[in-house]
Amino acid sequence: MSSNPSMVKKWLDPEAKPFLEFRGVTKSFDGIPAVRDVNLAIYQNELFCLLGGSGSGKTTLLRILAGFESPTEGSVWIDGVDITNVPAYERPVNMMFQSYALFPHMSVFDNVAYGLKRDGLPKSEIAVRVSELLELVRLSAFANRKPDQLSGGQRQRVALARALAKRPKVLLLDEPLGALDKNLREDTQLELIKIQESLGMTFIVVTHDQEEAMTLATRIGVMDEGYLVQTDEPHTIYEYPNSAYVADFIGDINLFECVVTDNEAGELSLYASQLDTAIELDGPVTGAVNQTLWYAVRPEKMRLTRDPSDAVNALKGVVHEIAYLGDFSVYWVDLDCGPRVRVSRPNISRLDDFAEAWGEEVWITWDGSAGVVLSQ
Amino acid sequence: MKLSRYTFPVMASVGFGFLYFPILILVIYSFNESKLVTVWGGFSARWYLELFQDPQILDAATLSLQIAAVSATIALILGVAAAMTLVRFRWFRARTWLAGMAAAPLVMPEVITGLSLLLLFVALDHWLGWPSGRGVTTIILAHATFGMAFVTVIVQARLRDMDRTLEEAAMDLGARPMTVFLTVTLPTIAPALVAAWLLAFTLSLDDLVIASFVSGPGSSTLPMVVFSKVRLGISPDINALATLMILIVGLGGVVGFWQMRRSINRRPV
Repeated sequence: MSSNPSMVKKWLDPEAKPFLEFRGVTKSFDGIPAVRDVNLAIYQNELFCLLGGSGSGKTTLLRILAGFESPTEGSVWIDGVDITNVPAYERPVNMMFQSYALFPHMSVFDNVAYGLKRDGLPKSEIAVRVSELLELVRLSAFANRKPDQLSGGQRQRVALARALAKRPKVLLLDEPLGALDKNLREDTQLELIKIQESLGMTFIVVTHDQEEAMTLATRIGVMDEGYLVQTDEPHTIYEYPNSAYVADFIGDINLFECVVTDNEAGELSLYASQLDTAIELDGPVTGAVNQTLWYAVRPEKMRLTRDPSDAVNALKGVVHEIAYLGDFSVYWVDLDCGPRVRVSRPNISRLDDFAEAWGEEVWITWDGSAGVVLSQ
Repeated sequence: MKLSRYTFPVMASVGFGFLYFPILILVIYSFNESKLVTVWGGFSARWYLELFQDPQILDAATLSLQIAAVSATIALILGVAAAMTLVRFRWFRARTWLAGMAAAPLVMPEVITGLSLLLLFVALDHWLGWPSGRGVTTIILAHATFGMAFVTVIVQARLRDMDRTLEEAAMDLGARPMTVFLTVTLPTIAPALVAAWLLAFTLSLDDLVIASFVSGPGSSTLPMVVFSKVRLGISPDINALATLMILIVGLGGVVGFWQMRRSINRRPV
């Protein structure tokens, strides 16, 4: 689901021409930078997610693309054309607003028709296209309603239809599913992917919800304090985060500070001072002797056991707390050497061995390939 | 002093009574048969009939309504322009000055406004030859000037509340700034525009002081006629006239208030 199988991964092809580009874009408000030196290339038919906490600059970046803010430095390119100084009403992009921004004095039909009227299309053609769009978002019966007579989910679909009406080259979606409840949200996510694939548009979605980004995106750009810190496919972002910030922001993670003790022919030896133990690694990692690094392991890649005899990495601790979440349980274990770690454990059996292990002494084990080493 | 839970309602009742009781008396006595204003002589509508046969009053009323309608319309156009500038202007220091200047006529004593406008009109007449003499034109200009201040304040408040993303959405869909203003901004603030126009209209209708300064021969507004009549002694037909004016102003007030409420309820969704 996370990537469209029919789509070639153009970002892996060095020959591919990006469809949309930010080149060195910086935006400051009264001298305070909101977006800092962002370089980003997005390819045709991508469903790209900008992910970040509040104040990370993701919405500002989207507004720069829509033309509501002009960058302090840098330029924005679409399809080989520099659009940095093109006013919002002449850009080939349309936006679906977080608040939906439906015109309260117009009917659903007139809201969707607004952009087409601005293009001066004949009335008959507008009528045809609006009814097609309303059918696409399953709102044909509501054409004559006013926005305040619709539910949240219906308003959201009107906003989508209105943004799609002009068949823009790029559709921008600002927290498109933020106001919907969980079930509706999951349905709408799948619907969005379907619409994006059938129309062959490039979608750029801003969200603070990592699950949403993982579900929707072909690629994710993680933003923090105005910087674009990592741009990769969802799987890569999760399994190979490039910094402690990304590792911590996407999913849960256990982070340990380590020191490189030996570097023999590219084989690093790591010593985790917090854990008072050496860590066994599989695979190549670069680093200089005495360099401080972060070693990160996701909770689902750690195991609970009472017999650590054949484990590569094993630490002893006491179960502090268990959170039963249905499909899996999260265990907080206080290690004998100090730190508290999270271990998640799928509830495969109804009579789990560790279901009532509060206060029990357990071992935590993980493979050499389970962790990632991060330099920042 | 201990506050009973009746203290404030009682105080409010006394205040409102003081305000509205005389008006009630006036309305009742407008239906008085007697020619003596203070003696009740039975119910009659004769003063209303007499009122509609008095050409001086009818002319003055027509003139006042015309002046009010025209000056309120001019005030609305100028006031909306001023409010847009105040809310959307990016240059903060200038905006503060402008806001102060736009609101000043609200607190300026009418005598000063009237006198300064009179001096202005005399000077303009002397140098430009327009407006020649004092009359309907000068009253309209004067009323538009102070009506604009009220329009600015009302429209400004509504514009400030307005969701800017509506305008951004329109622009995003290809509307140029003028189209955005006409198709999205104006309809969104329409109730406030109605309320502001009605307020400017009623203010013009009952202004005596400024009109007295800038009017000329043959351009007596209704309040001026009433005032001059009262000086010769109160006649019962003035009561009838006052009752009609209360009715008009009251209706305008109710419609204006209702529109304001609508504009508050009609927040963007």
